[in-house]
Amino acid sequence: MLNIILGAIALGSLWAVMTMGVYITYRLLDIADLSVEGSLVTGAAVGAVCITGGMNPWLATIMALLAGMVCGLATGLLHTKLRIPPLLAGILTMIALYSINLRIMGRANITLLHVDSVFTPLQNLPFMAGLEAQGIMTKNVAILICGLLICFVVSAFLYWFFGTEIGCSIRATGNNQQMVRALGINTDTMILLGLMLSNGLVAMSGALIAQNQSYADVQMGTGSIVIGLASVIIGEVLFGSTKSFKRTLLAMTLGAITYRIIIALVLKAGMPANDLKLFTAITVAICLALPQIKSWGRKLKGGHN
Amino acid sequence: MLKIDNIYKTFNIGTINEKHALNGLSLHLQPGDFVTVIGGNGAGKSTMLNAISGVWPIDSGSIVINGNDVTALPEYKRAIHLGRVFQDPMLGSAANMQIQENLALALRRGKKRTLRWGITAQEREQYHDLLKTLDLGLEDRLTSKVGLLSGGQRQALTLLMATLTKPDLLLLDEHTAALDPKTAAKVLEISDRIIAENKLTALMVTHNMHDAITHGNRLIMLKDGRIILDIAGEEKKHLTVEDLLAKFAIAAGEEMANDRMLLG
Repeated sequence: MLNIILGAIALGSLWAVMTMGVYITYRLLDIADLSVEGSLVTGAAVGAVCITGGMNPWLATIMALLAGMVCGLATGLLHTKLRIPPLLAGILTMIALYSINLRIMGRANITLLHVDSVFTPLQNLPFMAGLEAQGIMTKNVAILICGLLICFVVSAFLYWFFGTEIGCSIRATGNNQQMVRALGINTDTMILLGLMLSNGLVAMSGALIAQNQSYADVQMGTGSIVIGLASVIIGEVLFGSTKSFKRTLLAMTLGAITYRIIIALVLKAGMPANDLKLFTAITVAICLALPQIKSWGRKLKGGHN
Repeated sequence: MLKIDNIYKTFNIGTINEKHALNGLSLHLQPGDFVTVIGGNGAGKSTMLNAISGVWPIDSGSIVINGNDVTALPEYKRAIHLGRVFQDPMLGSAANMQIQENLALALRRGKKRTLRWGITAQEREQYHDLLKTLDLGLEDRLTSKVGLLSGGQRQALTLLMATLTKPDLLLLDEHTAALDPKTAAKVLEISDRIIAENKLTALMVTHNMHDAITHGNRLIMLKDGRIILDIAGEEKKHLTVEDLLAKFAIAAGEEMANDRMLLG
């Protein structure tokens, strides 16, 4: 059981990077960006191809991040220059990326079983032998350490970035484009930057997930937007704060981890794995509907909305 | 300070809804002019302000602000010259951001955004002192989200934001129309004070004839996308609403239609 929870937390810390990317578009830019379903796989594909080609896994992960930023740029240009609504722009990129991802990989999946990942060096840390003696899977511990470290670095970066003049402008663009233009900021540029940053993080997360599961698969992105949204919402509801951005970033990491723990527990309780996506979709639907459900509750009690 | 020459704008060209919103409108403002703009619905008041701000390109004519021809510039590039307050109090500020963050965005109007920190400690003091002059108690709520403020408070904040970096031209687009009378009077008073203190050049669109007469040093009336009445100086000082109505009837060359502006 400990190993299951530990594995869930470790996996959650990798998905947390993706969750922060989804947070940027969904909450800060106020765009539901579906291109992440494609860019997650692009990240995994680029990472896998680079690693099997002999590249350092950290460098390969950075390459995935850059590839993701290009994906975000594509969605952004479709939206800002060609005036395609953001939802459709995201879907177009997502579909296009399916073919592109196959091209990058050359086939439907790439195994990473016999190569080093970013987690490999950590498995040889001195205390790992002791943990192994107690029956703990050291691979999960290594992933957890690495994942939390990456979450911390990404959170710190985002905290800094969204406090800068450019970062503030991006946040304002998600609030009120009319005002932002009146204050002399090019809203198109801000949307592009936001989408690039978001998809970069998502792709980086994809590369890490691929290294964790030891393969990259062209289908692995399916439903990832819903997982990302679920993590964002769970994080906000359970750990969020409207006051502090630091706290919000922490909530994203904790939200992604909580989601993975919930999934691990329901699987352990006997739910068929095939039903997972249905379960996730229902969970997200309920979370998104919470304000409406609450207002029904007030009506039933005879109060006003 | 502002030179608008012979500008035209037609919306929905070639459709049944074709609308000649601006019809060869020309207007020259001297530095320090505070001009009130009146006219019925669809006369082109807001359209004129939007043309100056560059919300969309005009069909022909030219717009020069403080010696800079801005006719071909996009909206965000003209912002360096313009302070703007909109009719809808929600449009002037970012609801999910703090009061001080909104002010910090406004302080950097027209400047290049960099990776420097978005707000400095020194600015915070400046904002505190400035908000105090509004006398709305906002100076103690620098870190409150703007979404928590009332319409009047947001409009006063937007005024402050529009003038934080002195604009060549301040555009007030019926900025008190959405407020209750008492709040509207307060926001107008703040507008007057800020314009006088900073010696701003301003254009104020209003539906209220009385406000149009009692504020500013010049009054223009628009009809069908051009200026039909232009009153300044001594003549404006002694103007009454009745005078204005009579002048309008003569200028328009027809009896007053059942127009909402009369109810203002």
